[in-house]
Amino acid sequence: MVFSEYRKHPGQTALMALIFLFLLLFLIIPVVKVVFVAFMDATTGEFTLLNFKDFFSTALFRESFWNSLYVGVMSVVVASLFSMPLAYFTSRFEFKGAVIIQSLGIIPLIMPPFVGAVAMMMLFGRNGSINLLLDDWFGITIPLMEGLNGVIFVESLHYFPFILINLSAALQNIDRSMEESAQNLGCSGLRLFRRIVLPLAMPGYMAGASLVFLKVFDDLGTPLLLNVNNMLAPQAYLRIASIGIKDPMGYVISVILVVIALSSMWMAMRMLKGKEYATVQKGGGGLAKRRMRPWEKTMAWGIILAIMALVLAPHFGLTLLSLGTIWSFSVLPDAFTLNHFAAIFAETPEYMTNTVLYSALAATIDVVLGTSIAYLALRTKMFGREWLDYIAMSAVAIPGLVIGIGYLRTFYGYQVPWLENQPMATWWVAIVLALSVRRLPYALRACTAALQQVSVSLEESAENLGASKLASVRKIVIPLMGGGILAGFVTSFATAAVELGMTLMLVAENSDGPLAYGIYVYMQSAAGRGPGAALGMVAVLVVGLCTLISHIVIDRRQKKYGLEPAT
Amino acid sequence: MNQSQPQQGVGSSRGVRLEDINLSFGKTHVLKGINLEIESGEFFAFLGPSGCGKTTLLRLIAGFEAAQSGKVIIGEQEVSHLPPWRRELGMVFQSYALWPHMTVRKNVAFGLEERRLPRREINRRVDQALDLVGLLALSERRPNQLSGGQQQRVALARTIVIEPKVLLLDEPLSNLDAKLRVQMRLELRQLQRKLSLTTIFVTHDQEEANTTSDRIAVINDGIVQQIGSPIELYDNPANLFVAKFLGVANVIDGALVEADGQVYFHSSDASVKVPINGQSAGSASIVFRPQNLTIRRQAAKPPNGATRLEGTVDHKEFLGSIIRYRVKVGRHFVLVDKAHQRGAEALPEGAPVAIYLNPEQVIKLVE
Ligand SMILES: Nc1ncnc2c1ncn2[C@@H]1O[C@H](COP(=O)(O)OP(=O)(O)O)[C@@H](O)[C@H]1O
Ligand SMILES: [Mg+2]
Repeated sequence: MVFSEYRKHPGQTALMALIFLFLLLFLIIPVVKVVFVAFMDATTGEFTLLNFKDFFSTALFRESFWNSLYVGVMSVVVASLFSMPLAYFTSRFEFKGAVIIQSLGIIPLIMPPFVGAVAMMMLFGRNGSINLLLDDWFGITIPLMEGLNGVIFVESLHYFPFILINLSAALQNIDRSMEESAQNLGCSGLRLFRRIVLPLAMPGYMAGASLVFLKVFDDLGTPLLLNVNNMLAPQAYLRIASIGIKDPMGYVISVILVVIALSSMWMAMRMLKGKEYATVQKGGGGLAKRRMRPWEKTMAWGIILAIMALVLAPHFGLTLLSLGTIWSFSVLPDAFTLNHFAAIFAETPEYMTNTVLYSALAATIDVVLGTSIAYLALRTKMFGREWLDYIAMSAVAIPGLVIGIGYLRTFYGYQVPWLENQPMATWWVAIVLALSVRRLPYALRACTAALQQVSVSLEESAENLGASKLASVRKIVIPLMGGGILAGFVTSFATAAVELGMTLMLVAENSDGPLAYGIYVYMQSAAGRGPGAALGMVAVLVVGLCTLISHIVIDRRQKKYGLEPAT
Repeated sequence: MNQSQPQQGVGSSRGVRLEDINLSFGKTHVLKGINLEIESGEFFAFLGPSGCGKTTLLRLIAGFEAAQSGKVIIGEQEVSHLPPWRRELGMVFQSYALWPHMTVRKNVAFGLEERRLPRREINRRVDQALDLVGLLALSERRPNQLSGGQQQRVALARTIVIEPKVLLLDEPLSNLDAKLRVQMRLELRQLQRKLSLTTIFVTHDQEEANTTSDRIAVINDGIVQQIGSPIELYDNPANLFVAKFLGVANVIDGALVEADGQVYFHSSDASVKVPINGQSAGSASIVFRPQNLTIRRQAAKPPNGATRLEGTVDHKEFLGSIIRYRVKVGRHFVLVDKAHQRGAEALPEGAPVAIYLNPEQVIKLVE
């Protein structure tokens, strides 16, 4: 019987029940609630499709829908334009620039797009530095940041590394013999690329592209900060924020966001199914590489430097903004000052302390849950263990905004018993829980990878020598997983620190807000840009440091235990 | 690059000539002055230990490596300057290198499509090739749905379908299990006969080379040590390396000395003395094979004309058809094989024995 496992292992059963309860309360119920409300008549409470009809018969919503799709697809296109030449250089040539390309693949990820959005406006906007110069010299301007263009530009610049990393990995995983056997049979040049290299690299590219689409499609912060409101996520936010949590449109949009996210993931998965070609042989390795000819080298460096300039632009702009006094209708700020940094530490230190508190708690919850779920899924035969994994992972497809809306709707009616006049939904603990649910998939993957690297026989030999299950987990498994868990913690911490969509929904008072919220609040006014940028710099520093730490930890761990990189 | 190819039938295969090939990767000199001539229709093996340069040599012929000096000539045409896709050679990769995104049929059709043959012709020839390797029924499968042996056959079909001038095989059997390996080498040999296709077979396994090939080039350290038929190499190795690489050999160092008009080989510790044909020439080694020796209890009578060595049994291994004794003779250890008969007792370790060696079975090597 499948259930006999429960009776045999009461401890594991209790653990499973607790995790399930947590996921039910803080993930499933809020999300189901959102779906429910979307299909519910606001006055009678009956099932209806009217809300969706209303949505599609409203011109603004239809426009927002198409805009969001358009921005998602165009961001993938532009991100591909950035990634493809870079991936090509590293996989095809013996090229010194490869190291730079690698760092180009990380730098954008340490700053969420909304943080740099306003800075990009200052550099590339209608009255930004670049256009002022162009107008001055040539009498032309480039509408790079106008409306949807700005969103596409900022998003693709931030998310192209997902394509770059996946595509490069896919290319590096093609064994040289794949291409040589085609040459041997009479194929070469472009035909070889089209018939062999491209199809083999496609799964990797698709994985990256679908990720980019997903991130961009769900993003609330960037369009809001660029003041582009005719897209789905901003519309959902604005409806709830201005009309209230009773208005069904926010829920309808949420459902649409989730459905599109799920179907794009599903499509990518279908396309990838059975196509994870790892053709690379032992000791073989990658496609044939050759030295670049001088003109090729010149061109490659030109492209790399151009992309590098773009990638660094938000960082550069943010730095200027955070150090500048007044920056308006001029190429550079009028003067430089440290006042903005002083201001954020003196006036609103709670943004930073809140962030540390929330993120640390959320990350702790994540690694505890992640380790437990990974262990249950990989090392026990408990009935339903895969479902824990699936449910936890499904949070990937739920935009932060939707989780935020779900929490509001689910928990608003309840008061925190021992606090006066404190609805549960806007209590700071709700933010922590929401953050932990949203970041759980990443922590879970890190923990699963770490556990996979610890061979079962290590645990079994401990048990064989007389250690109890709990003791062998505590003394053998957890210490060996250690670094992996730490890496999961750090990643969760860093990404939680800059989560905006959800916090925007759940923060009721400024004093409860974390960094991301603070950046948003400051950036609302021209006068707040300086301090907002200073906060942004703090965020970049936090995320950058965390990324560095997690890289070092993972690297150390691999060296220390002689582990293979997890797959 | 895809100019229409003349229709090639069976018998279009060519010989291969390598002239003075030198190839280095950076500072490592991998191929050192290779000269070889392979005849049209011949099954030819490159045999040598791992890392000796066999793969590099094969890849050079296929056009994937460029030599610093020397010529590759196929038929009458020098191809050193031609890219791989113009050489019309068929190479089967050690990993098979089947494209995972194509079905078996697509894999096999690839080379014909590159030659822009009409669809019907392609289908006909693909069917024929798949039939030849017995995989017609699996033509719509993907490579990862096939067993190792089947993948190997697809790789072979994909290569021979273009009717290459020369078939190049890089350790084609190394990824198969032992039983399948024996079967596949037989099939390979039969296929090669059927198509009378010039074939170069790279292997580090002397049994594989011996059982399949007309001639073998033994390679070590980037140098061709000797070329010949399997029996020639076994019976008359040109040097110690070849002697030891092809089968088990007893090697004893010593010198040639003349006494009473007869040349003898004396081992350095004087425990082995064998009459040798030829002239006295100072230091030399002799090589003889374990199965050419006779081992007896000391009391027994020597066979006609045989030289007698005396020693004690040091160790024995029962190998089924034979018992292999290691006998200590002076400072040397000599391996002796004795065919095993049902019910026969093995000689005990430590027993004093006599070994009889027919001088005709002795190979003399003068350094
Ligand atoms: N691309 C290469 N770069 C540098 N050294 C190589 C390369 N390919 C092979 N070698 C070296 O050349 C030698 C011969 O290799 P190879 O031809 O593969 O040997 P075999 O096939 O006989 O085992 C080895 O020492 C190997 O390390
Ligand atoms: Mg080899």
